Amino acid sequence: MNTGLDDSEIIGKVLRGESQLYAELVKRYQNFVFTITLRYTTQREDAEEIAQDVFIKAYRNLADFRGESKFSTWLYTIVNTTCITFLRKKKLDIHSLDNEQVFEVADSVDSGFRANQIEQKSKVQMVNKAIQLLSADDAKVITLFYKGEQSLDEISKILGIDPNTVKVKLHRARARLKDKMQKHFAEEVKDVLN
Amino acid sequence: MTYFKYSPQEDSGAGQPDMEARLWDYIDGNSSAEERGFVEKLIESNQQWKLRYQELLDVNQLLAGSLELDAPSLRFTKNVMEEISKYTIAPATKSYIDKKIIWGIAIFFFTMIFGFLVYMLGQIDWSAATGSEKIIPQNLKNIEWSKYFNNTYTNIFLMVNTILGLMLLDMYLGKKKKQLNQRHSG
Repeated sequence: MNTGLDDSEIIGKVLRGESQLYAELVKRYQNFVFTITLRYTTQREDAEEIAQDVFIKAYRNLADFRGESKFSTWLYTIVNTTCITFLRKKKLDIHSLDNEQVFEVADSVDSGFRANQIEQKSKVQMVNKAIQLLSADDAKVITLFYKGEQSLDEISKILGIDPNTVKVKLHRARARLKDKMQKHFAEEVKDVLN
Repeated sequence: MTYFKYSPQEDSGAGQPDMEARLWDYIDGNSSAEERGFVEKLIESNQQWKLRYQELLDVNQLLAGSLELDAPSLRFTKNVMEEISKYTIAPATKSYIDKKIIWGIAIFFFTMIFGFLVYMLGQIDWSAATGSEKIIPQNLKNIEWSKYFNNTYTNIFLMVNTILGLMLLDMYLGKKKKQLNQRHSG
């Protein structure tokens, strides 16, 4: 179902009682919301549960969206707070660069990559696997900037931090990603290029 | 593409992070016109800057073009729509939070604090004190707390605060009750 309406038009109609149109907003943003939630938890079931919770919260508070920012920026703010609340409740470990688990994941991804080198010789897979090796914070900033179509100012609103801090975080995240690719996928990069 | 031709180990000078930050600003379009011109000149004239710029540009292109989004299960939209059918859209926060009330509460508290300070300062015998050490009591045990808590003003202050606390508790419980009712009716 593609209504041809923009986000604010859909929101207006939903607020006037056409709640079925909300499905269009869910379809538009579900992949992005789900990807961000997956940065916090490796369990797809948990990520889907959080993503569902995000859309329910957004629906219930839709009247509070005043159109001062993009709907996506407002929605991603809910994603951020919901993920943090979920992790606090479940007491799950946020991926951290200092976390041993990350290095275990890194090793398994690395060996998996080598084992299936022929099948996985693609830039897309390499980048997405390297992203998995980053901390949730780094992966989130990169995803928001490159896939969420959010400016530094908008990311700062979503995360509730200063735009300059976002800029520094983004620089560092990209540097770490580059390091991860150098460390784990240097050979594959050469293969991709040849 | 020049992936990783420039290794961080090759140059770990002090200017390295600064160079990267400036190049990222240039790539992202966040630098000023003056800075852009300066960086452009450096990229043209300096081999080290040129290599690093090409490397970062590759990473940028890789991220812009190769980052994929994960998709939830096929039933995801349906699940969300089924779930939201149980709820109603809550009224906008703006409609039930009256700014006048918030301002009223803030003014009340500031007036109370100000009044209390004026009263306390009024109790100090300034003429008896020659140095700051005399204002501060030598032994806290010597303070007659009953003198302050038997005071009418203090009692009024405590009573008003208790009433306000009870009002806040009532508001909180009322909100919880309303949410519960909404859930049951939804």
